[in-house]
Amino acid sequence: MPSGSRLGAPWLLAGVGAVLLAGVVGVATGPVSIPIGQVVRELLDRLPLISMDSSLSATEQAIVWDIRAPRVVLGLLVGALLAGSGAAYQGVFRNPLADPYLLGIAAGAGLGATIAIVTELREVIGFIDPVPFAAFAGALLAVTAAGTLSVRRGRIGSPATLILAGVAVANFFTAIQTFVQQQNAETLQQVFAWILGRLSTAGWGEVRLLLPYAVICSIGMLLSVGALDVLAVGDEEASTLGLNPRATRRIVLVVASLAAAAAVAVSGLIGFVGLVVPHAVRMVAGASHRRVLPLSLLFGAAFLALADVAARTVQAPAELPIGVITAFIGAPFFLIILRRQLTS
Amino acid sequence: MSTPTGLPADIHPVPLDIRWTGVSVDLGGRHVVEDLDLFVEGGSWTTIIGPNGAGKTTLLRALTGTVPHRGTVTIGTDDGAVLARRERARRLAVVPQHPVIPPGLGVFDYALLGRSPHQGMRFAASADDRRRTSEVLDRLDLTGFADRFVESLSGGERQRVVVARSLVQDAPVLVLDEPTSFLDLGHQMDVLELIAELRSERSLTVVCTLHDLTVVGQFADKIAVLDGGRLVEHGTPGEVLTPEVIARHWGVEVHTERHDDHSVSVSVRRRGR
Repeated sequence: MPSGSRLGAPWLLAGVGAVLLAGVVGVATGPVSIPIGQVVRELLDRLPLISMDSSLSATEQAIVWDIRAPRVVLGLLVGALLAGSGAAYQGVFRNPLADPYLLGIAAGAGLGATIAIVTELREVIGFIDPVPFAAFAGALLAVTAAGTLSVRRGRIGSPATLILAGVAVANFFTAIQTFVQQQNAETLQQVFAWILGRLSTAGWGEVRLLLPYAVICSIGMLLSVGALDVLAVGDEEASTLGLNPRATRRIVLVVASLAAAAAVAVSGLIGFVGLVVPHAVRMVAGASHRRVLPLSLLFGAAFLALADVAARTVQAPAELPIGVITAFIGAPFFLIILRRQLTS
Repeated sequence: MSTPTGLPADIHPVPLDIRWTGVSVDLGGRHVVEDLDLFVEGGSWTTIIGPNGAGKTTLLRALTGTVPHRGTVTIGTDDGAVLARRERARRLAVVPQHPVIPPGLGVFDYALLGRSPHQGMRFAASADDRRRTSEVLDRLDLTGFADRFVESLSGGERQRVVVARSLVQDAPVLVLDEPTSFLDLGHQMDVLELIAELRSERSLTVVCTLHDLTVVGQFADKIAVLDGGRLVEHGTPGEVLTPEVIARHWGVEVHTERHDDHSVSVSVRRRGR
């Protein structure tokens, strides 16, 4: 008896396997080579009830646990959030080209973060770091602007309209951000360090900062998969199926924007992950969000961790910004999808 | 548990009346529907016909709550305006004129969407939802298509899949907007005959628009003629489908043939002969 698309154990295992593989490769790769077998043993040793001797020296253990592991875990979390939010945006806008980066969300988050840095909000608020919240506010503002510009009287414009609106919003926000930056030249370095991506300076602190958002947003996005499938038939039909399209869109947008903004807030601007991963998932597993969303979270995590490995090794010992790697893969991908849109 | 009607035992097929009272719709400053009264008896099939732009689709959209309107539309005993979206969707299953087919969605997943009004806030499908969906696919001979993408099907197959989604909804009222508009004659008859069978199996109330006058008279208990946003004729096929009525509102000359089962077939003559 046919039962349609459910997540299913094989897909789930493939996704979890990809995450574990990317994690191990990420930890094993670097200037000091540590054999994969020893990495696996060292990682397993930390699990409860398992005791294994990896025969790593104290220095090697420090490299694994204090330098590489936090960076890999951060890459996994950021990748999951970017890919998951991309899948959610694509569902909400019924637009395969929607991506946090292309919708201007990254630029909005950048502006928010810049304002928080230059106004030294941290000194004002004190006990918590306001940068992620400011980034979130900026991201929500950007996606609202892009969304509002491309929706008219409840009708969603063509996929290209949304992307053009996103480009315009991104440019506008970047212009304001540059202006704010120039007014506050003394914070320039801090702002740039933030914008250019920071997987490279990661410690467990960033992971701890991001983890609650990652958990909450992932759960939120996973709870919306059924509604996103209903929304896929358009606002009017979704409404005759008992779903409130506007309210649903608003809720999912908030959750996806929080996810994208949280990722951007700790890692800077990394493009195209939210585009490439959900699209690849749809090609092999079909378009039902019951599969697309969870698998985008898992494969997005693996994808970004591996992209980081590439960023660290292509020009070793120098490091490429990770956004260069994702754009190198993602931009041609974007063009292929765009061409397919034109022909269909 | 299934009853002999094919409906699960927990859903009672109560035929629901539909009544439009003083319904007017303005779109872009134009009166598309004006002060219209129409009654559809529960369990009957009413087909709405009329020339292009007569307001047929808009009248259905007032019923489905997808266009703002004045006046009231009663579904069963309740004013449609006060029904929650979900409750309305449990009463009305809609087959739109131009259904949006999401790319990359399989036939089963698409038909399963019909269960939405019976699901919770998360729109999560239960085992029962999946069972209901496979039963309907089986009934419409679509089981072999279950894993195909809807977009890959032919026009006739696709229309059957959209009808399947509406049946999965288990609503007592079926609303169809030009369900045959892109189908050849054979497939038109297939779809209409299917709906006729399903109606008697499930005691459905059917409200339908059609533009093809040749088949209209064979698939309705009552026919309503709209012209310029007003109801101009309403009655049985034998009362409404006369050469005079059709000449008046469509401006074409037709020959009608009445059959023993009270149905009427219409054939058209070329003008100026």
